[in-house]
Amino acid sequence: MRPRVGQMLASTVDTTAVVVVRCPDSELDITCGGAAMAEGPATGAPAGTPDPDRLGGSLLGKRYADEDLGLELLCTKQGPGTLAVNGVPLPVKTAKPLPASD
Amino acid sequence: MNVSMILDMAAEGFGDRIVIGRAQDGLTPVRLRELAVGGARLIRAAGADALVYLATNGPAFAVAQFAAAHAGVPLVPVNYRLGEEQLDALLANHPRALVIAAPDQDAAPRRAGLPVRSPAEWLAEAAANADADPEPAPAPDTPAVLIYTSGTTSAPKGVVLRHHNLVSYVLGTVEFAAADPAESALTSVPPYHIAAVSNVLTNLYAGRRTLTLDQFTPEAWLALVREQRITHAMVVPTMLARIMDTDGLDRSVPSMRSLAYGGARMPVRVIETALRSWPHVDFVNAYGLTETSSTISVLGPAEHRAAVASADPAVRARLGSAGLPVPGIEIEVRDVTGEPLDAGETGQIWVRGEQVSGEYVGQGSAVDERGFFHTRDRGRLDADGYLHIEGRTDDTIIRGAENIAPAEIEDVLLRHPDVLDAVVVGVPDEEWGQRIEAVVVPRDGAQVDAGALRAAVRGTLRGSKTPERITYWAELPRTVTGKLVRRDIVAALTAPENGTKGQT
Repeated sequence: MRPRVGQMLASTVDTTAVVVVRCPDSELDITCGGAAMAEGPATGAPAGTPDPDRLGGSLLGKRYADEDLGLELLCTKQGPGTLAVNGVPLPVKTAKPLPASD
Repeated sequence: MNVSMILDMAAEGFGDRIVIGRAQDGLTPVRLRELAVGGARLIRAAGADALVYLATNGPAFAVAQFAAAHAGVPLVPVNYRLGEEQLDALLANHPRALVIAAPDQDAAPRRAGLPVRSPAEWLAEAAANADADPEPAPAPDTPAVLIYTSGTTSAPKGVVLRHHNLVSYVLGTVEFAAADPAESALTSVPPYHIAAVSNVLTNLYAGRRTLTLDQFTPEAWLALVREQRITHAMVVPTMLARIMDTDGLDRSVPSMRSLAYGGARMPVRVIETALRSWPHVDFVNAYGLTETSSTISVLGPAEHRAAVASADPAVRARLGSAGLPVPGIEIEVRDVTGEPLDAGETGQIWVRGEQVSGEYVGQGSAVDERGFFHTRDRGRLDADGYLHIEGRTDDTIIRGAENIAPAEIEDVLLRHPDVLDAVVVGVPDEEWGQRIEAVVVPRDGAQVDAGALRAAVRGTLRGSKTPERITYWAELPRTVTGKLVRRDIVAALTAPENGTKGQT
């Protein structure tokens, strides 16, 4: 898929949902639990089961990012599946805390 | 990606934490979402295409914000202090609105024939409808909020902030659930100020409880901070000045951890006093505009402390700066022809980023072909990238052929220990086009010598920037959000009866 900033992506094999915070202008293979994520908000029950080797899980509100690609996903619903891009699991991005300004 | 996503995440992540109102009887994210869904049903039942909010800040405002988001209509917070004529003109832009108005503020919407609920009725009816099914979330490019600018320099314009603008701002600047459960934030700005809108979103996303103070007085603010053990607060500079300058106050704020300020220029004297009075508090200067979904640059706590402690003039000067851009924001300083300027050169401030809307009702987007928005603020970036604001371009005085920024003259006047407030304006002049005049508010009982003030300006700047006349007033006309109403000042200075009132 060719993701866009602000786009929602939903897992097809578990409860995971993310929003694209940052992305390059290129074709990417974004998966959760080993299965390609669907574009748009989650539509209901999972259509399959996650790959048992790809159960790293995601946490609500955490950012998952590949700095080389310039891809950043924000987890809006967590799930057991591993978030990955082009077959490589996405690590959690450590937050640079900004002071509260309003 | 829309505003209701923020509430959904909060309800999922810390659904039973009190996030709105007082610790003893406030709302949780789960309850807030139920009320928002109920409120959305009321909006749809009224066939409304906008939700106008004409009341003071409080839980009804937070519910209104998320109800409007659920219903896919813009929230339109309106200044309840506007005159009848202005209110009528503004409400005429929203002939199909549902209006939340305080009982003493509902004459204008009733005159306009609009359906009206008081904040209490709104909350009660939303609660009665809280079992409604949530609607599908509106598209990211739907307008979420429409805020009218204060109109201190021109007629009020309606700024359109779309869901993706506001959410980008929240995601770019706040970490989800990062607040510890003891944290609470106090907002003292009215709901029609962008900071009141963004405050609801950023604090909810962080998991921080928010409280509002209706009518700011230093006494009420300090009492509420102590009573509710407030840890975070946002004030406009005039509020901090009143807290620091009012005699006989108990200024102890043991629970306070972080104080953000913005909305107008902060006199260096006030912030230095505050840093000395509250050494345990982290100070944050936030610069932003309605058109940019709130904050675009931040001067953080460590930079405040480093600046006051430093002997290096460049580091010290940062205390008067607006800090560094927040993530996702690019700032350019350009000359009048649009050419980018080098570090250190003063020009016009342009800004680009997802959170920047730059869009006005009926006028479309005001961003240029590269996506940059003209803030109409003057300023410069220093060698380390810190942004220094030097006033509005519209406030520039043109004396002879010379462009003069009032801000630099005001800074010199405000450094005088007996000057509480000061403004410099251009007054129409037959010889020069405009001449420079100042109005100064002396500290209670103090005599400030005009000759000494003029000498201070001459010594720091130069002769052509010295005010020709200095007038003394008991206070300056400012909006509640701390912005100077310069045209009222010029009008008063040029009124016939004022011809000899000032001292020169």
